[in-house]
Amino acid sequence: MISLDVNGKKYEVEAAPEEPLLWVIREKIGLTGTKYGCGIAQCGACTVHINGEPERSCQTSVKDAQGKKITTIEGIPESHPVKKAWIEDDVPQCGYCQPGQIMSAVALMKKNPSPSDDDIDQAMTGNICRCGTYKRIRRAIHRASIMAPDDTMAKGGKS
Amino acid sequence: MNGIVNISRRDFLKTGALLGGGLILGFSIEPERSTSEASNKPARFVPNAFIRIGADDSVTIIVNKSEMGQGVYTSLPMLVAEELEADWSKILIKPAPVDHAYDHTQWGPMQGTGGSSSVKSEWERLSKVGAAARMMLIAAAADIWKVNPDKCRAEKSFVIGPDQRLSYGQLAERASTLEPPKEIVLKKTGHSEFIGKPMKRLDTPDKIHGTAVFGIDAKAPEMLVAVVARSPVFGGKVKSFKADKAKVMPGVKAAVQVDTGVAVIADDFWSALQGRAALEIVWDEGPLASLDTTKQVAEYASMAQKLGAVARKEGDVDQALKTASKQISAEYTVPYLAHATMETLNCLIDLRDDSCELWVSSQLQTVDRNSAASIVGLKAEQVKLNTTYLGCGFGRKANPHSDFVSEAAHVAKAARQANVKRPIKVIWTREDDTMGGYYRPLWYDRIAAGLDKDGAPVAWRHTIVGQSIVAGTPFEKGLMKEGIDQTSVEGAADTPYAIPNILVDLHSPKIGVPVQWWRSVGHSHTAFVVESFIDELAHAAGKDPYEFRVALLKNHPRNLGVLKLAAEKSGWGKPLPVGHTRGIAVHESFGSIISQVAEVSVKPDGKVTVHKVVCAIDCGKTVNPDTIKAQMEGGIVFGLSAALHDEITFKNGRVEQSNFNDYPMLRMEEMPVVEVYIVDSKEAPGGVGEPGVPPIAPAVCNAIFASTGKRIRSLPIRPADLKKA
Repeated sequence: MISLDVNGKKYEVEAAPEEPLLWVIREKIGLTGTKYGCGIAQCGACTVHINGEPERSCQTSVKDAQGKKITTIEGIPESHPVKKAWIEDDVPQCGYCQPGQIMSAVALMKKNPSPSDDDIDQAMTGNICRCGTYKRIRRAIHRASIMAPDDTMAKGGKS
Repeated sequence: MNGIVNISRRDFLKTGALLGGGLILGFSIEPERSTSEASNKPARFVPNAFIRIGADDSVTIIVNKSEMGQGVYTSLPMLVAEELEADWSKILIKPAPVDHAYDHTQWGPMQGTGGSSSVKSEWERLSKVGAAARMMLIAAAADIWKVNPDKCRAEKSFVIGPDQRLSYGQLAERASTLEPPKEIVLKKTGHSEFIGKPMKRLDTPDKIHGTAVFGIDAKAPEMLVAVVARSPVFGGKVKSFKADKAKVMPGVKAAVQVDTGVAVIADDFWSALQGRAALEIVWDEGPLASLDTTKQVAEYASMAQKLGAVARKEGDVDQALKTASKQISAEYTVPYLAHATMETLNCLIDLRDDSCELWVSSQLQTVDRNSAASIVGLKAEQVKLNTTYLGCGFGRKANPHSDFVSEAAHVAKAARQANVKRPIKVIWTREDDTMGGYYRPLWYDRIAAGLDKDGAPVAWRHTIVGQSIVAGTPFEKGLMKEGIDQTSVEGAADTPYAIPNILVDLHSPKIGVPVQWWRSVGHSHTAFVVESFIDELAHAAGKDPYEFRVALLKNHPRNLGVLKLAAEKSGWGKPLPVGHTRGIAVHESFGSIISQVAEVSVKPDGKVTVHKVVCAIDCGKTVNPDTIKAQMEGGIVFGLSAALHDEITFKNGRVEQSNFNDYPMLRMEEMPVVEVYIVDSKEAPGGVGEPGVPPIAPAVCNAIFASTGKRIRSLPIRPADLKKA
C-alpha cells in the first residue's frame, strides 16, 4: 500500500511503485480533473502541485509522491482568482487541457503575482492547448493579477 | 444555476409530429412512470424533444450536437432561449441520446456534428421548438386567467398578462395538458435578448473545476481498462501472438485478438500498458510495408502530369495558356496530418447479454451506435450511446467507419468470449493516437496560370492529387459527384477569382493510409495552394497582392468586404518595424468568408516568428460573437501548428512521428497577437468552427515571401529553406 495526501485528504492505494501518479489519481483515487495528454511530460495536461511546485504527474512515480502534499485541480478553490479570471475571460474551448493550464497558472502567480508576458510565456510554455486558447489564458492571468491582492495569491489554493 | 446534467437511462424519447413547413420537431412523449415515481415527480412540461421545463422553473435544453470546444452547448441553447423567452440563469443542458428526433437536419437519418454546420443547420428547428413551447406556456396562462392569449406576453421565463404573471415553472403542469400549436409564430425580428450578444459559455465552470466528464473520464462499476497492440503498418494483421508473459503480469485479466490487433485487458491503464509491452506478436504487415512518403510524393507528381476527373472547366485553358503574355507554374505539397486531439481516442463499453451501453467522445452518434450494435450482434435500439464532452474533435471523432468505437465493440465481444464480463474502457496512448491514422490526406497540387499584357490572369489550370475521404463511407452518396469527392476540390474548383479560362481536375489514388476530415477538410490544402499561387501571380504581374485580389473579386462583394476590412485593420501598406512583413489571404469555406493578414519576421537562421494576425470574418447572422472570436483565435493556432511544425511521414510503412516531441503543437510563446473583426451581416448564418484555419498558412507564407523572396510551396515551413546563405 502507498499512502498519498491529495487535496488535504489521506488515501491508501494499491499501486506498483513506478506507476505514474497521474493514473493513480485518476483511476484509484477517482479524481479525473487531472488529464492524460502525452505521458512524456510534453503537454502539461497532467500538471498537479507537489509540495506547491507544478509537476507533471505522468512522469512522477507514485513512490516519489509519497509523503508529499499533492494538489489537483479539484483542490483549487472556486474562489481562487485564477479560476475566477478563467470564467471572466471564458478561456476554455474543449476544456481538456484547462485543469493543467490552471495548475501552471496558479503556481506561477504564487511565485510572481504580477507576471509579465515573458514570465507567462516561460511558465506556460509546457502546457499545450490544441484549441488555441493561449490569447485568453494570457489575458486571464493578467486579469487574475489585478483581481487578487498579493496575499490571496500567495495561498495558491490548498497546496 | 447553470450546469450540465447527464441524461438518465429513463429519458426515453419517441419521435413524432410533423410541424411547420414539413420541419420535424421530433415531439416526444416520455413513458409513464410507476405510480409512486409519478406522484413524487414534480410537474414537468415536455413540449418537444429539445425542451424540459420543471416546476422549479428550470429550463433543460437537450443539445443534439457534440461539445468539442466550438461552443454548441451555449450557442444552440441561445437559439432556443431566444424564442422561448427563457431566463438564461435557469438554463440546464443535457446531451441528447441517440434518436432520430436529433438527426442532423441536412445529413439524412443520422445524428452528428461537423462541417461547421451546427448553428446554420439548427437555427430554424431550434427557433421553432422554442417558439412552440412559448406559445403553449402563453396559452396555459391565458387559459388559467381566462383572457385572450394576445393579451399575454412572455419575458424571462414568465408569462405576463393584463394584470397578473406566472412563472414557466408554475405553468408547467397546465402547459403539459395542451396540444402543440398548429402554426408556429416566431418573434418579430428587430429585438433579441440573446442572439448576437456575447454570452458566457455554460460549460466553463465544469471545465475549470475539473468536473467536466470527457469520454476518458467516464466510469462504470467494475470497469476494466484495455489497450490494443495495433499493426505497425496500416492494413497489417496479426499472424500469430503469444501472451503468456502478459497474462501473468499483475492486474492483467486477459489478452484477446481483435481485428485491429491484440487487446490487453487489465484492472487499470498502467497494468494494461505493461501487459501490452510483454506481448509477442508476429505481424503480417501487408502491402503497405514499403510505403515511403518521398516515393509517394514522386508518384503523385507523375500522376499530376495527366488530366484527372474534371471538377470545373470554363473556356479553353490550354489555348489561353499558350497565348498568354506570361506563364507561371508551380507544384505544391502538404503532408498527412494527425488531428492530435488533446483527449486521445477512447471508448467505454458495457456489453451485456441483451444490451450494450457506450460512453464516448463521439461526433457521429448514430453511425457509432449502429456500428457497435452490428459488431456485438444486438439491435441498434438495444445499444445506448452516451455522448460525453469531447477533448477536441477536429473531425477525428466523426469517423465514418467508427474505427475506435468498432474496435472497442470487438474488444468487448472478444472479452466476453474469454469470460471477462465487465465494462471495458479502451484507451489509446498518445503514440497510438498519433500513429493510428485517419489523417488529413497528403496532397500534391500542380498549378499553372497565364497573365495577359496588363498582368491580369487569363488562364488557371489546377491539378489536384490526393486520397478521397468519402469513398466507401456513408457520406459517399452525398459528397461524391460524378466521381469527384467534393471535399477534395472544395476551395479550388469554386475559386471566386474572375479568370476567364479555368480547369480544375482531380486524381484520387487509392493508397490504403486511412484518411479523414481534419478541421476545414479540403480547404486546409486548397486555400494554401490557391492563396499562395494568387500571390505568386500578383508578384509576377508586379502588383500589390491586396490590390491584385481586389481586382479579381469585383463580383463578390462579401469576399471583397472582408479583404478590405482585414487590410484596413492591419494597416496594409503602412510601415512596419524593420524586418517585419505582411502577407494576406482570403478564403471562403463552410458558408463564411475570412481574410487574414499575418505580420511575420524571419531570422537569419530561418526561424519564422508570426507577430500578429488580423482576421476579418463575414459569417452572416451571428449567434455568439465571443464564440466566433474564440473560434477564429483557435483556428489560427490550429493552422499555425500545421504550417510551422507538423507532418506525418512514412518510412518502411511505419509512421515516423509518435508524440508531441516529434509532432509539436504551437505553444504559448509562439502565440501571435490576434485581432478578430466580425462583419455586421444579415446574410444566412455560416460556420465558424473550421473557416478560421484555411487562410493562415498562405497569409504567413505570403509574408515570408515578402520578407525573404522565398516562396514556400511545401508545408510545414522548414527554417533550413529560409536560412540566409
